Amino acid sequence: MKPAAAIKPRARATPIRERVVEYALLGSGLFSILTTAVILAVLVYETAGFFSEVSLADFFGDTQWTPLFSDKHFGIWPLVLGTLLTTAIAMAVALPLGLLAAIYLSEFAPEKVRRVIKPALEVLAGVPTIIYGYFALVFLTPLLQKLIPGLAGFNALSPGIVMGIMIIPMISSLSEDALHAVPMSLKEGAWALGASRLAAVFRVTIPTALSGIAASVILAVSRAVGETMIVAIAAGQQPRLTADPRVPIETMTTYIVQISLGDTPTGTIEYQTIFVVGASLFAMTFGMNMLSQRLARRFRGKYEP
Amino acid sequence: MLIETKEKREAPPRVRSANLTEVVAIQNASVKAKLQVEGLSAWFGTNKVLFGIRMQIPENRVTAIIGPSGCGKSTFIRTLNRMHEMVVGARVEGQVRLDGQDIYAQDIDPVLLRRRVGMVFQKPNPFPTMSIRDNVLAGLRLTRALDRGRGEEIVETALRQAALWEELSDRLDEPGGSLSGGQQQRLVIARALAVEPDVILMDEPCSALDPIATARIEDRIHALKEKYTIVIVTHNMQQAARVADRTAFFLLGELIEYENTNDLFTAPKDKRTEDYITGKFG
Repeated sequence: MKPAAAIKPRARATPIRERVVEYALLGSGLFSILTTAVILAVLVYETAGFFSEVSLADFFGDTQWTPLFSDKHFGIWPLVLGTLLTTAIAMAVALPLGLLAAIYLSEFAPEKVRRVIKPALEVLAGVPTIIYGYFALVFLTPLLQKLIPGLAGFNALSPGIVMGIMIIPMISSLSEDALHAVPMSLKEGAWALGASRLAAVFRVTIPTALSGIAASVILAVSRAVGETMIVAIAAGQQPRLTADPRVPIETMTTYIVQISLGDTPTGTIEYQTIFVVGASLFAMTFGMNMLSQRLARRFRGKYEP
Repeated sequence: MLIETKEKREAPPRVRSANLTEVVAIQNASVKAKLQVEGLSAWFGTNKVLFGIRMQIPENRVTAIIGPSGCGKSTFIRTLNRMHEMVVGARVEGQVRLDGQDIYAQDIDPVLLRRRVGMVFQKPNPFPTMSIRDNVLAGLRLTRALDRGRGEEIVETALRQAALWEELSDRLDEPGGSLSGGQQQRLVIARALAVEPDVILMDEPCSALDPIATARIEDRIHALKEKYTIVIVTHNMQQAARVADRTAFFLLGELIEYENTNDLFTAPKDKRTEDYITGKFG
């Protein structure tokens, strides 16, 4: 046996270069945290400024949103309802299609089909939203107008449907992962009891993957709530307290676009409204993302030994 | 050495004891054959894992399948309830007759077959989203065969047969996953019994359990053979000796020897069986 080579001591345990890289990595990590903190701080500061002039009672109690008119009203509900309406339409499209696609891909599709369909579905998520927006405005709305009398040129229905199509891959891909993670032993257990493939899927696989599926759905909802371009182009800019999908409405995101692109001077109450709407939006999506993460964690914990 | 060439393995298996008639001689008594396996071969893709198995499995007896890892013993019992073909690319040739009826015939629905031939797996697999009660009833619910009102009675009968009733009768609403490993495995046995099958296949049912839990399962196996035909795969030769009436030794996908358990362990006829049971390999 050869004697082991002696380890020469160095001046420094870690060379300078390595430490520079380490600090650079730390810096990049801190930068994103700092950005989030600054955004939060600005939102809180401007929101506080807004509420020093408008009472919470008006904000949550009024049914009109007219900050740009001479008769100003600051009731958030028309914007919230507009957002929820387009989101609900989007989910009505994305939920069944996305879940059925996930079940098919995970439980029934032969490997060859799966290898083609899964990436093809994910391409849907890569289409720029501006294209979806124009698709809703100049293609789907005229088409729907032939079928639905009284459908306005700007409406909640058409962008809602298009948004749903955009979200399908989000639900199908994440739900497929959840279904796929259900251990083979459980499916075999069901088959061995004389369950058909279909019965095993609906009575065993889906219930077992439910928290993962729910996480994907919540994530999709928060994506729909935050979606801007499609609704800004095709849903109109009229804050309206309505559940009618045929008329123009305005979502929270669209309102922020409208003010940001307009000539509202900084420091005014009109200017501050976009921060309070932004803060409300942030609170909604943040809450849903937290819920989704909690569900996903519960789901992961279940099978790890 | 035990590694043989492919050509040699393709040759007809030298099974000395398998009886061609429908009657199997066990400890000097004749018993009806519940399952008759003829020329059974199995593949995963192009990989052949079972070579022309011929075997008679007696009714109301325990038959053990032993052999080293990778000898095809698990694949073999998975061909008996057609679970083997659920794996993509898996294929079977030959015949398995259950009470004289070929389970691989065109008109046999594998789903219905599995209600007559139940299975217990290596790792306890109670359904995590169901309560203990619902786990027991799962087979009947999954096949829409549950009579309303008979549920409680079925649960009690199945849990008693699995020796779980005393322990769990007041915990029926708890999740199945909350039990210990041994209890989970007995729950899975109860789940299989609730469907009232004829045959129960057990694929190394005790390999994940401690000795006390193992003893309880073995005690159940003894009690259950009065009503059911049991086929158990085990890598534990002592277990085979304790529970089985007949024992089959598999090696490299072939059935080497199939005898009354006592005879196989005390007077093996094949050198390879002797080498295996005396611990020379495996």
